[in-house]
Order: sequence, then C-alpha cells, then structure tokens
Amino acid sequence: MRRRAVTAQARTELLMQLRRGENLVVTLAIPLGILVFFAKVDTVAAEGYDQPLDFLVPGVLALAVMAAAMVSLGIATGFERRYGVLKRLGATPLSRAGLLLAKTATVVTFEALQIALIVTVGALLGWSVPSGLPVALGCLLLGTVAFAGIGLLMAGTLRAEANLAAANGLFLVLLFLGGMAYPLERLPDGVAAFARMLPAAALSETVRAGLTGSGFPAGEFVVLVAWALAAPLAASRWFNWEE
Amino acid sequence: MSGPAIRVRGLVKTYGRRRAVDGLSFTVERGEVFGLLGPNGAGKTTTVEILEGYRSADAGDVEVLGLDPAGRGPELRTRIGVMLQEGGLYPGLRPPELLRLFAAYFDDPDDPERLLTLVGLDDVRSVPVRRLSGGQAQRLSLAAALVGRPEVCFLDEPTAGMDPHARVATWDIVRGLREAGVTVVLTTHGMDEAEQLCDRVAIIDAGRLAAIGTPAELMRGTASGEVWIETSEAVDRAALAAALGLAVDAVHEVGENEYVVTVVIGPEVVSALAAHLAGAGVTLLGLRSGRRSLEEAFFHITSGGAGERA
Repeated sequence: MRRRAVTAQARTELLMQLRRGENLVVTLAIPLGILVFFAKVDTVAAEGYDQPLDFLVPGVLALAVMAAAMVSLGIATGFERRYGVLKRLGATPLSRAGLLLAKTATVVTFEALQIALIVTVGALLGWSVPSGLPVALGCLLLGTVAFAGIGLLMAGTLRAEANLAAANGLFLVLLFLGGMAYPLERLPDGVAAFARMLPAAALSETVRAGLTGSGFPAGEFVVLVAWALAAPLAASRWFNWEE
Repeated sequence: MSGPAIRVRGLVKTYGRRRAVDGLSFTVERGEVFGLLGPNGAGKTTTVEILEGYRSADAGDVEVLGLDPAGRGPELRTRIGVMLQEGGLYPGLRPPELLRLFAAYFDDPDDPERLLTLVGLDDVRSVPVRRLSGGQAQRLSLAAALVGRPEVCFLDEPTAGMDPHARVATWDIVRGLREAGVTVVLTTHGMDEAEQLCDRVAIIDAGRLAAIGTPAELMRGTASGEVWIETSEAVDRAALAAALGLAVDAVHEVGENEYVVTVVIGPEVVSALAAHLAGAGVTLLGLRSGRRSLEEAFFHITSGGAGERA
C-alpha cells in the first residue's frame, strides 16, 4: 500500500466532498435542521424520554451517518464511475484497497465533523452529553459500514442518474421509517415491524440505547450487524467498475 | 533493459459471439512511437485495454515491458501512463489539483506545474475540470498520463476533439516523448496524425492485422500499379472501368468523388480517362500515381473503402 497515495486520495476526496453544495445540504443542513426544528417545535412529545433531545440527538446522529455513508459516498462514487474516473484510477499505482481505504478515511473524517456539530448544537439546545458515548460511536461505525455497503452497491450497479434518484429516495424512506425524527411507535404496527428490519431504525435505536444507557436492544443490534455484513459483501460481489 | 516494449502474439478477445480481436500479433520496440489504425470497431481500443491490464485476453500472449499486464498489474502500473479515449478526470477538481493528486500515486513523479505549462493549460488553472472544453480536458488527461514518468505511454485517440492548434501542440509533445526515449502506443483515426507521428503503424481491420510498417512503406505499397483521381462529381465505376478496358473491380471508390484505379499509368490511360470523363460531363480535379497517401493506403488495405471515411 502506498501511504502517500492513500493520504493524497483521502485529502482530495474530502476536498471534493466539501465543495459539493448539494452534498452539504443532505449531510449537514438536513440533519441539523431536523434537530433544531423538532427540538423547538415539540410535535413528537417523545414518550418516555426526559426531554425531546434525548430522543432527537441519537436519531439525528444516525441520520447524519446514513447521509454521509450512503447518499454522499454513493452518489459521488456513482459519478466517478460514470466519468471513467474509477476506470482511470485502475491504471494507476493506487490499488483498489488503497482507494477503498481513502474513501473510508474520508467518510469517517466527515462523520467526525458531523458528530461534533450535532453534539455541539444539541448541547446548545440544552442536551446534556451522556456517558454512553463509546457504545454509540461503535454502533455508528457499524452503521457506516452498512450504509456505505448499500451506497456502493447502488453506485456500482445503477446508471449515475438512477443511482442519484435511488440514493435520495432511499434516504427519504429511511428517514421516515428510521425512528429518527419521531418514534417508531407512531407508525402503524405492520409498518413499524417492517421498519425494524431496516438498517436505519436499527442504527437509531442502538445509538439511542447506548446514549441513554437504557437496556441494550439486542434484536436491533443483530439487524444492524446483519446489514453491516450483507451490504458490503453484496457491493463487492456486484460492483461494476465501468458504467 | 532488453527486449521489446510490447509483444503481442495471437491475441484473441471475444465479446459474446463477436471476435473483437482475432489473432493479432505485433511487436513494439522500446522508444518507438507506434500507431494502431483502423475503422471504428476494428479492435484498437480492445487491444490497448488488454495491454493496459483492463481486460484479459481469451487467447494469445501479451507482454508489456516483459510483464503480463493481467498478472503483474501492480508492478506495471508504476511504469505505464494511460490516456483513455474519454473521461477519467474528477469533474470537481482544478487542473493543478488533479495533477498533484496523480503525482502522489508515483514515487518519482514529474513536476505538475511543468506539465501544466507543457500541455498549455496555464490559463485555466482555476477552472474546474467540468468547465474545461473537450480539447482542454484531453490535454489534462495527457498530462495525467505523463505525470508518473512512464516508460510506456498508451494514448487512445489523443487528439480527438482538439482544435488544429492544440493538435499540433500535442504532436510536439509526443515527439518530445520519443526524444526522451518513451515508448508510445497511440490509436487514431487520423491518417495525418499517424503519418506525422508514428515510426511504425499497424492497420487493424475486423480484429486482424491488415498491414504493418513505417508510414512510408505503407504508402509505397503497390502504388506503382495505381492511379488516384478526384472528380467534380460521382463517376459510374463500371463505365469508367469499361472505358479503360478494365474489369469493374479495378476501380475503387476511396472517398467522396475519389477513386483509385488499378492500372499501370501511361499516356494512353490518361487520355482515355480524360476522354471518358469529358464525355460524362465530369471535371477531373486531380490525378496522382506512384506515391499514395496513407489515407489511400488505409482504404485500400481495409478494403471497406466504399463511402465511409475514417
């Protein structure tokens, strides 16, 4: 592995990510907007939580990770495939493992920025940072693996435009079914049961349990781990480097 | 350093039922500028992409710098430069950023600033790739192919989409590569490009090697027995052949109102030709025998000829 190549790649990918305005809307503006809006306009009255922020902050953290790992990474990679960039990189000394490592570093770095911003805004709104942070961070990392797998699977199999639509559409669906802005219990029973099988709800519920220190949801954790295994495996199986 | 830069023996590549490359063999010496010429779909890009390590051969042997591109890719990729037919550039980066990134992939890269100047992109340093013209993007792609100081450089239609000025500038860069001892393999549609740049040319037709040699050798060909004419309008090939006392297949259409007649030239041929054209109300705009252009050689060799120009 060429360290200098991977470092330069990660730095450049991060630069490009920060330059894409539409990416910043999905990864920063929407999560922070949801956090502030639902904290101020208490439409959810999250039952069983001391204050809405105890429910909201973990959900928004999960949402941010989903946006960075699935939407942002997936759309960028889809267009890199469309423009022949991935093909061109295949003829350079930067290996596929090196590229993947650089993309991982980029996503994780960007997520660190998201988490710092969300926690800061949450604290400004009156949220007290709890002690269960390591568990939550571990779950967010698992979620990153799962969502990156989903994003890359779509990026490597769909046309760039279809991938763009699919990633944004899936983002919206998973936001509604993810237990992020309002509790899953508000959904009809059948829908809620379906939502619990999806990675978004699994992530927000485990992160929330970690942060609030309530009983750890083993079922949701198993779902999250399953997605974190299956999605990257599917991506590596079906990813096509040329469109 | 010994042995040729590239050796291709009996190369076969099949897509579904179609044989894109069908038993191709050729050798490229070190330091040579080698051209692959052929109509669209002749198998040029497939061949180059096998040499670059993108695709595997179905049969035959391929060596680049003595290495198998399929099995020794990582080693080879530090020693080759690649310019794809299109794309391959991050749209969101500016030219210097892109070149610095590519430079970081190599242990001893060329200076990105020097290359920017070399390909004439100093004026668009702060313009994102997505807003470059097609020709500018091609030149950036060329610079990216050179930044690793490659021993072998693959240029797939390097001047496609360039204006005449940029084309000539690019030719100078390729000549500079030859002077620096870099082996260059380029594909092109442009006969003038091949004639100007290449030490040797392989003409590929339907995945097979149709001819190989220096441009001069290919242009000489069998031209002593041919006459090239250009007329003001289309000529009935059968009638022309009959007027010259030849079979109809002795007259080939090689372009719009351009024909090659297989006949040994002499005063009586010229007068019969002129008389026939005058009778048909057609003006003779040009006549040449002996040396033929590479373009004529190409049409002659790839047989297709009729109608479509490369």
